[in-house]
Amino acid sequence: MNNKILSAVVGVTAVASLGATAASAATLDDVKAKGFVQCGVSTGLAGFSAPNDAGDWSGLDVDICRGVAAAVFGDATAVKYSPLSAKERFTALQSGEIDLLPRNTTWTMSRDTQLGLNFTGVNYYDGQGFMVRKSLGVNSALQLSGASVCVQTGTTTELNLTDYFKANGMTYNPVVFEKLEEVNAAYDANRCDVYTTDQSGLYSIRLGLSAPDEHMVLPEVISKEPLGPVVRQGDDQWFSIVKWVHFAMINAEEMGITSANVDEMMNSEDPNVKRILGKEGTFGEGMGIGNDWAYNIIKQVGNYGEVFERNLGASTPLGIARGVNALWSKGGLQYAPPIR
Amino acid sequence: MAHQEGVSADAGDSERVSLMNDPKARGLVFQALLIIAVIYLVYSGVTNAIDNLARAGIASGFGFFGERAGFDIGQSFIPYTNDSTYLRAFFVGLLNTMVVAIIGIFFATMIGFIVGLARLSKNYLVQKFATVYVETLRNIPLLLQLLFWYKAVLSILPSPRAGGLEPGVEVVFNLNNRGLYMPRIVPEGGAQLILYAFIVAVVGWILIGRWAKKRQMATGQQFPVFLTGLGLVIFLPLIAFLVTGMPLSLEYASLQGFNMVGGWVIQPEFMALLLGLSLYTASFIAEIVRAGILAVSHGQSEAAFALGLRPNLTSRLVVVPQAMRVIIPPLTSQYLNLTKNSSLAVAIGYPDLVSIFGGTVLNQTGQAVEVISITMLVYLTLSLLTSAFMNWFNSSVALVER
Repeated sequence: MNNKILSAVVGVTAVASLGATAASAATLDDVKAKGFVQCGVSTGLAGFSAPNDAGDWSGLDVDICRGVAAAVFGDATAVKYSPLSAKERFTALQSGEIDLLPRNTTWTMSRDTQLGLNFTGVNYYDGQGFMVRKSLGVNSALQLSGASVCVQTGTTTELNLTDYFKANGMTYNPVVFEKLEEVNAAYDANRCDVYTTDQSGLYSIRLGLSAPDEHMVLPEVISKEPLGPVVRQGDDQWFSIVKWVHFAMINAEEMGITSANVDEMMNSEDPNVKRILGKEGTFGEGMGIGNDWAYNIIKQVGNYGEVFERNLGASTPLGIARGVNALWSKGGLQYAPPIR
Repeated sequence: MAHQEGVSADAGDSERVSLMNDPKARGLVFQALLIIAVIYLVYSGVTNAIDNLARAGIASGFGFFGERAGFDIGQSFIPYTNDSTYLRAFFVGLLNTMVVAIIGIFFATMIGFIVGLARLSKNYLVQKFATVYVETLRNIPLLLQLLFWYKAVLSILPSPRAGGLEPGVEVVFNLNNRGLYMPRIVPEGGAQLILYAFIVAVVGWILIGRWAKKRQMATGQQFPVFLTGLGLVIFLPLIAFLVTGMPLSLEYASLQGFNMVGGWVIQPEFMALLLGLSLYTASFIAEIVRAGILAVSHGQSEAAFALGLRPNLTSRLVVVPQAMRVIIPPLTSQYLNLTKNSSLAVAIGYPDLVSIFGGTVLNQTGQAVEVISITMLVYLTLSLLTSAFMNWFNSSVALVER
């Protein structure tokens, strides 16, 4: 009996001392040690992060993961994916379960300042919209008073929806689900009249409905939704790497370097091109990775324009125009600081 | 003196045994050590969490309760708007959980008792039907049953606009994929008198029951308590209704715009959850009831028959009271299970505590530690309260041994 108590005491103390481990700071070292990047993505949003026909993850957000892996390991396939619901995503990043979170996540002030997280940039400028059945005969969001609205929990969408209906003096009945697939199924089953989320998401979700042609996205955009990758606060090195992966893709597009011509460009005499491809300077070393980091990103993943076209552009079923996501030099908002 | 030494002989014995070998002293020391270790474990866990939250720059504390929630909730039993606080949103979720749990417990008990008795029936069809019910429902995971009721049954109903309803025309009952619509009773001035009449009738029923029992004990004469009580409960409020000039009116639902407006609505999420929880738990309760009744030896009913009691009275006065003491402890576990299982609501979009508080509020505030701790504490409290109530009930029906 006493031996049992003694062993219980020992066991309890051992658990207590285990619990006292501190959160680690150097994500890059951890990532290098385990040999892959653990990337938090959505549970399936075509164009951003979804498994393709071959079962591999693909999309605009997935290409951020692949870009980071290419920069760190020179191998874009050194990624493992954690599909997360909107509700789970921040906790997964805070707890260290994933290394970065490119999961069509809206950059807001409270998320940036109160969650112990940092947004590294904006890889897609989006806005919230509404999708309805054409048979409802609605052509403006202002006609939606009294409607049932399907929405995913734990999103900025849920709050924008409230604000928009309140500001316009309209009422609605929210039907809230945790998982994206559940929202899709409920809308498809006509449980709701309206589906609301980011417009890019609506186009993507529409394709998965049983009769996509019977649905339409209303013209109103009711919010700013800058979507970007998120990392833990307090690790500046990792923050820089993720931030510059995105900037390298934009700079590459600006300089006309593509995955097809990057080897050719290695011979370029343009000092800008030489710097980005690591022929001049030690920009990679400054972040603790190889100087050919940007070469690997462009070669294996592509520049921002290529990535956009491959995942969202006119050649895909989504057919989303570049719009505000065009380069700054072409009238859009995508702008990157120079590599210098 | 010798006598005194003799009296304290026990103390003298323990002095001879060293403290190390005294089982009582050793027990106390080790228990004290264990308590210290547990306190240290909790203390280090809490301080460690606070330290790490501060280091990671995550906001902590309970200040968020007073902030504006800013989101809407589909079903609420207390007034709630998006301008309400997180605290109020918490109570909305708590109430939604408690309502589905209490109604679920009620239906599960009713169905469970009926099916349990049916399994003991001598009627072949009734008995086989009950067996099939129990074996099917208790062997399919609850989550699947919830999804079945929600997706396979309620979701495929037509929408109000597709259901052939004319806009603006009032309907008495309508079941569509937005819910079950029924007339709502709208009280007007003086309507509270009907409620008072009802309460008086219920109290009267109880008092008559006590009086009748006393009289039967004293004189052996019986009194039709049930019929009298039923009459009171029906006619007293009815008289109040007529006397006060019929102050109740019915509001019917009608299709306006996108949705049904007016009336009283039970949302499909609530229906699916209630159906799933009640039917699933009822299959377990049925087995508990059957076991309880079979536990009463056959000799008891034979003895009752020998005394000249009719079968109806035999089961009410002899079998059921003895079965109850076997039934109640496992029944308590089923009630606790049902309450906790209601958190599966999140899968079908019913706004319960886990969905509203552990979902939306957690995500808006990002304060996982606080929110999850409170959620767990709430379920613990609910379970302990249920348990306490059932223990009290159990002791009141326990066999009084003389």
